[in-house]
Formats: sequence, C-alpha cells, structure tokens
Amino acid sequence: MVTFILRKLAAGVVVLAAISFLTYFLLYFSSANIARNILGEFASQEQVAAKEIELGLDQALLPRFFAWAGHALTGDLGTSWFTSEPVARALMTRLPVTLTVVIVSIIFIAIIATALGMAAAVKRGWIDKAVQSAAVIGDAIPSFVMAIILVTVFAIQLKLFPATSSISPDSGSAAWIASLALPVLAIVINGVTSAAQQIRSAVIKQLEKDYVRTLRSRGISEREILFKHVLRSAAPAGLTVLSLQFIGMLGGVVIIEQIFALPGMGALAVQSTTMGDIPLVMGVVLYTVVIVIIVNLLVDLINGWLNPKVRVS
Amino acid sequence: MSEIEVLADQSDVGQKGTVVRSHVIKKILKNPMGLIAVGILTLVVLLAILANVLAPFDPNFANIGKTLANPDSTNLLGTDSVGRDVWSRLVFGARTTLLSALLCAAVAVGIGLPAGLIAGYYAGKFDGVANWVVNILMALPGIIVLLTVRAAFGPSVWISMVAFGILLSPGYFRLTRTAVQSVRNELYVDAARVAGLSDASIIARHIFSVVRAPIIIQTAIVCGVAISIQSGLEFLGLGDPTVATWGVMLSEGFKNVYLNPTLLLWPALAIGLTIGALVLLGNAVRDALEDAEKIKPAKRGSVAALNSRTAPGRTQNEAVAAGTEHHLVKVSHLGVGYPQADGSVKKVVDDVSFHVDRGEVLGIVGESGSGKSQTAFSILGLLPEAARIVGGSIQFDGKYTVAPTDDSVSQSRLSEFRGKRISYIPQEPMSNLDPAFTIGHQLVTPMVRVLKISKSEAKKRALKLLDDVGIRFPEKTFNAYPHEVSGGMAQRVLIAGAISCEPDLIIADEPTTALDVTVQADVLDLIRDLQKSLNVGVILVTHNFGVVADLCDRVAVMQDGRMVEEGDVREILRNPQDPYTQKLLGSMLEGKEPMTMLVSAGASAGGADNEKEAGL
Repeated sequence: MVTFILRKLAAGVVVLAAISFLTYFLLYFSSANIARNILGEFASQEQVAAKEIELGLDQALLPRFFAWAGHALTGDLGTSWFTSEPVARALMTRLPVTLTVVIVSIIFIAIIATALGMAAAVKRGWIDKAVQSAAVIGDAIPSFVMAIILVTVFAIQLKLFPATSSISPDSGSAAWIASLALPVLAIVINGVTSAAQQIRSAVIKQLEKDYVRTLRSRGISEREILFKHVLRSAAPAGLTVLSLQFIGMLGGVVIIEQIFALPGMGALAVQSTTMGDIPLVMGVVLYTVVIVIIVNLLVDLINGWLNPKVRVS
Repeated sequence: MSEIEVLADQSDVGQKGTVVRSHVIKKILKNPMGLIAVGILTLVVLLAILANVLAPFDPNFANIGKTLANPDSTNLLGTDSVGRDVWSRLVFGARTTLLSALLCAAVAVGIGLPAGLIAGYYAGKFDGVANWVVNILMALPGIIVLLTVRAAFGPSVWISMVAFGILLSPGYFRLTRTAVQSVRNELYVDAARVAGLSDASIIARHIFSVVRAPIIIQTAIVCGVAISIQSGLEFLGLGDPTVATWGVMLSEGFKNVYLNPTLLLWPALAIGLTIGALVLLGNAVRDALEDAEKIKPAKRGSVAALNSRTAPGRTQNEAVAAGTEHHLVKVSHLGVGYPQADGSVKKVVDDVSFHVDRGEVLGIVGESGSGKSQTAFSILGLLPEAARIVGGSIQFDGKYTVAPTDDSVSQSRLSEFRGKRISYIPQEPMSNLDPAFTIGHQLVTPMVRVLKISKSEAKKRALKLLDDVGIRFPEKTFNAYPHEVSGGMAQRVLIAGAISCEPDLIIADEPTTALDVTVQADVLDLIRDLQKSLNVGVILVTHNFGVVADLCDRVAVMQDGRMVEEGDVREILRNPQDPYTQKLLGSMLEGKEPMTMLVSAGASAGGADNEKEAGL
C-alpha cells in the first residue's frame, strides 16, 4: 500500500515537473514586452532594460526556468510582477473560494447522480427516459451559459438571489450560502445528468453480471444486492466520471467566477494570463495541477479499497 | 466544464466493432431525435455558408445612432450596444463557431487516430510513451491551459482551437487504441497477415472500418465541447474582438443584461441548439449501431393479449392439479417468450412438461439454444427481465410459482423458496462470485439471511461445507478473494453455497462445462455424492450425454424450445425413440470413447489432489 502511494506520488511529481516546464516554455514567448507593459509607455528605454534585468528576462529559457523551479522547491513562488503581491498569498486567499464552489458542486453531483443513475438502471421506465432526455439538455447547455440564464432569471428578473456575490469571512453564513447557490446550481445542472447516465450504464452492466443472478438464487434480497454488491462494483466507474468532472470544473469555474464576480482563482487566472504575469500564471498552473494529482491519488486509493484485485497488484 | 468528460465517454463508444453502412444513415433519419439533430445542423451549416447572402450588414458595421434597438424591418433581431445588427452577427458567428469546432475536431482526430492506431497495433515503446503523454494531457484543466496558450500566442480563435484539439486528442487515442487492440488478435486479422497483406493495408482495410463508427460519435461530442469552450473563452473577453462569435455576443449581452436581456437570448439559443443537435446526433448514431436486434420489453398487456392470458394471476393457494401434489417440482406445458420490437413474441421454450421428485436426478439435455437453460431459470424465477411466461405453469412442492394465468414468474411467491428450498449451481464459476467480497463472506451472508443464524455459527458451517466439498484448507479458502482461487475450487465453493441452506432441489446449469476435463469428473462425483447423502432433487442442465449417463435417473431431451423425449435414462440411452435423440447420441458416441463415465475412481481422486494443489 505504501509503495503504491509512493509510486503514484513519484509519478505525480514527474507530471508536475513536465507541466511546469511546458507552461514556462509557452510563456517564454509571451514575455517580450512585459517590462514595458509593467512600467507603462512613458518609461525610458533604460528603465525598461533595468526592469528586464531585475525580472531576469534577459536570461535564456533554461536558466530562467531553473531559477524559478529552485525557488518553487523551497516554497517561494515569487511575487506578482504587476501587483507585487506574493504569489502564494494571492493564491491562498483565492483558493478556498474556488475549492468551496467545486467541492460543494461535486458532492451534490455525486449524491444526485448516484440516486438518479441507480433509479434509472433499476426501475427503467419513465425515470430512465427522463434521465436520458435531461442528459441531452445538460450536455447541450455549457455551465457558463446555464449560469448566465440563472443569473438573468433568478437574480436579475426575480431578485431571489444576489447577482454578484462576495464571500468574505465577515459576511455571515446566510449570505455565504446565498451567493454560492446559483454558481453551484449552474455547475450541478450541467454535470449531474451526464454523471447520472454514466452511473446508470455502470449499474446496468453490473446488474447483468452472472454473480448477481447467483446472489438472487441464494435468497439475498434485491435491496442488499443493489446497495452492497452492485453499487460497490459500479463505484469505480462512477468515481472516474466524477474525478474527470472535478478536473473539468477547475477550468470551467473560471468563467462561472467571472459571471458571479466570485473572488476565486478564476479572476486571478484570467488577469495573470492576459497581462503575462508569469509568476502568477505559474502559481495558478502549479496549484491546479497539484489539486488534480491529489484528486487522482484519492480516486486510485478508493478504487484500491473497493477492488481487492487492484489492492493486491 | 464538460470538456474532460469526453475523455470518459470512450468506454461507451469504444469497441463496438461495427461498420457504418448506409442503412445506419437511414436508421438515424428514421429516429425522430436523429432527424431533428440533422435538421438543426443542416440549418446552422447553411447559415454559415450563406452568411454573406443572408446577413444584410457586415458583422462589425456599427450604427452609432441606433443602439440597443428592438427588432424592426431593417434589423431583424435588433441591434446591440454599439448599433451592430444582431442577426448579421449571429449568422457570421455561426461560420466562426462551426469552423473552429471543425478545426478542433480535425486536430484531435489528426493526432489521436494515427497515434491510437500505431499504439494499438504495434504496442511496445510507442504505446508506453503515448500513454504517458495521454495521462499528462488528461490531468490538465482545459481552460487554464487555453489561458496560458493565449498568453503565449495572443487572442486567436484558431490557435486556441488547435491547442484544444491537442487536449482532446486522448479521447480519440484511447478509443482507437482499445478498438485496435481488440481486433488485432482476431482470427481474420491473423489470416490477412498470413495471406501476406502489409500492415498498412491491414490497418486500412480491417482495423479502420472498426473504429470508424466510434470516431463519428466521438467527433459529434468533441465538436459540441469545442463550441462550448470557444464561446466560454470569447465570453471571458479573451477572443479576437474583431471576429463576430456567439461567445462575444453572449458577453456583450451580459454586459447589457439590465438594459436588454434579449441580446443574451439569441446567442444562448444558438449555442444550446447547436451543441444539443450534436449530442443528439451522437446518440442517434450510437442507437442506430446498437439496436438492430435489441429486444424491447413490450407492455405486459400486449403479450397477455397475444396469448389470451388476460386474467390476473391467481394466488398461490390455488388448487393444484389433482394427483400431482407429491412431486417436488412439476412443470406443465411451460412456454417462455421474448417480446420483439415488432410486437411479436419469440418463443424460446414451448409446451415443456416434466416433473422431479425428491432424491431424483433429472437431466435436461440439448444443444445450445434448445431452451434448456431458460426452462431451468423459469423454475428459479431468474429469467432476464424481458422474458415473459407465455403458457403453462410451474409448481414447487404443490404450490404454484407460476400459476396457469401468470405472464411472469411471481417474485414474491418464489422468494419464499429461492435460496431456501431451491438452490442453483451456475455454469461459469469465476463470474458467479462477486470479486469484491471474500469467499467466506459470500458463503456466510446467505446462511445468516436464510437460516437466521449468527455470523459465527454461519462461519462454522461454512468451514464445514468447504471441507465437505473437498477443499483441503477451508480456513485459507474462506479468507480468499475469488480471483485467488482456481476455477475448479470456485465451482466447489459455489456447490458449497448451493447446499448451504439445506435445499430440497438443486438446479445445476452445465456445472462442469467451464472446467478442465480432469476437474469435471471430480465435480460430477461431488454432485452425485452430495445428492445421495442429502437426498435432494437435482435438475441437471447439460449438453453432454456422458454427464447424463453418469448422473441422471431420468432425462428430458430438448430441441428448439420443445421437449422431444422424456424418460428413464437407461431406456433412452438404449432405445431412443425420437430421431433427434438418436442423432444426438450418435454424434456423441460414434467413433470415440464415452467420456466421463469411464474415468476410473483412482484417476479422478488423483485429479482432485492436483487441482487442490494448483489452487493453493
């Protein structure tokens, strides 16, 4: 078990290094006019040149990357080129907002999709048809379009929810929940039906397995077969779908945060990339990839716990 | 948001191995959803192609004097905040949107398909490297990457779509790779190789035809995702401001949502309808490839009407035909059928009657497809959901489990017997144990539920049972998972499970077919010994007359769902009346030694030992 985790972690570190370098490599091409952009058009040529040296822009790609990576390894992600705010601090204040939206959404999706998917698989009939048709609608409307629709209808027309939200520690839990409601709803509507459909087919696949028939022949109740055996065997497929949705959400939430003016990582990501604030972009990418690696590791661990075959190998 | 899910979908669309033919296109158009999808997409394509003709204005022409206007005869859908014509922008937006979706899909296919073909066909180092790259690509959140790409290369729709195409290529890669791997070792591909065809032409001729259909489905999904992402980026204001796109229109509408919310309506509708049509098209293609012979469970009523079994099922207290109460099981004129899509019923069991008494072994013998397993499953009440009882009745110990008017097996009546008095030994040992639970757990739970005994008591009995069925180290097997034991051991475990609740009747469905020949004899010996010592009735379903001769007292011969002959085993072996039985016997005995019955006791005991050794 420990070697399993260590192996996964080692693979994660390699992925992290590869992606960091790739991102740095891409950003290298965008850094031509950064110093000028930071100082404004009235700065003199000498000032610009001095700034470039200060930021290390005069150096070649590899030394620059290794200088950044060396600092990153010690936990120093540098400071933003434009606001001079330390990158780590900027991220740590934004990350909880983004993670709250994403984690709350994925929990709702997991619960609702499992219930819907199992009901559709077992009962078939109208509930199955409803899930299938809803899946088409869920797939057809991107989450940000759904968010726009929700804002327009529920916040602007009906005034039931705040149109833009601010999550701060002192705004109180009621306000906090109210400002989360619409963004989470938009994400859940978009994700839940397709997850339900995947869980449905996973459950049907298990229900058709021979061992289910044998369990029935042994006098085990339908309920116990469904909740103890079928659900457990269908769980890895469901987890895979949910983890992929989670990864997708980390990106998709960028647009959602813009719509609801949520102070999460999204705004930071958009600002830093449009301006070419390399330390900040690297910070965003690094944090995102670390989260993805942790999620994948968790999924692997749960799958191992669920499936004794994986556990052994 | 859903961009990554595309990658998860491959398990659904992969490995179908079906070739797209013209009748598939016909089927898609016959499916109302498919027709709607094709209609919408055709419309959008026409808008995009004819944009120059259909749009009265240049998409960027701004009439500053007429901003946020309502629809009129000049501006069909009104104007936006700087006085640009909404209709013209929508039409030109269709062009950009479609082209970018196609570019994205083309890049994804262009990378994923060849890479998948090579990785799947040649495997080896390339496969390893490709999989590593795929894992990295799949760990990337799409929008963050696209933001980075934009930072590097500037606000171009086309560059973003190329980058996004690369991000989506793993979907095609995995799809192709799995499909190719499943075909690569097929006999016809081997044959082509032996026939001297080059790798290139094998790939082109045999393998490409297999992946074509899933690729089309995947492309429909990818185009939808590309449109959604592209509009998302434009909405964030990260696109090229000089190009009219639906995403830019959405963003413009959202800024003016308090002034004129209808500005949001048109681009949102266009995006939703186009992506929806792509999703529907993908589903329609999949359905068209899948359904063909799929059986739809018809309404209860229609089947009942067909068989004039319209009266509601009676209760189990109904009187049993006189003079048959003493039979353990009595099957009378049983018919089992599957409703077809066209409303007819395909009968797989037709007018079958037999009975089994306590302490008696009945063999049901026939070729595959003769209806013998279906008959056995109707007694157990474990027919597939689509199956319907179309005639006859089944009594267990004098009580109806299928009354003469029922159209399905009554689960409530059977639950009184199943697992308690009727038990089942399946054919394929490995797939009949739940891989996620230990063997002990799977033996203990039924006993706890059925016999209402404590877990520790059940464990004691389970260990004894494992010993009884000839497993040498019961404790070790008790704690093992199914994948840790051999097939022969697993079958012994299943037999132990079948006798664990002291049944009166055991239904064994080809219990030795999936086993090695040496193990077969042991398992048959075991069943015979247990049957004798427990004095239970056994229904043994088999295609092997050798097994029948070895084990059975009486035999029923089935062909094409009908019973052609039934009687004493020795009688039928010596003097078969029906020509089919004669043929069956002839094909088994002619020119070769009878199989199982001549295996000597010594040989079989040796086999048992070897088998146990191998398992542990």
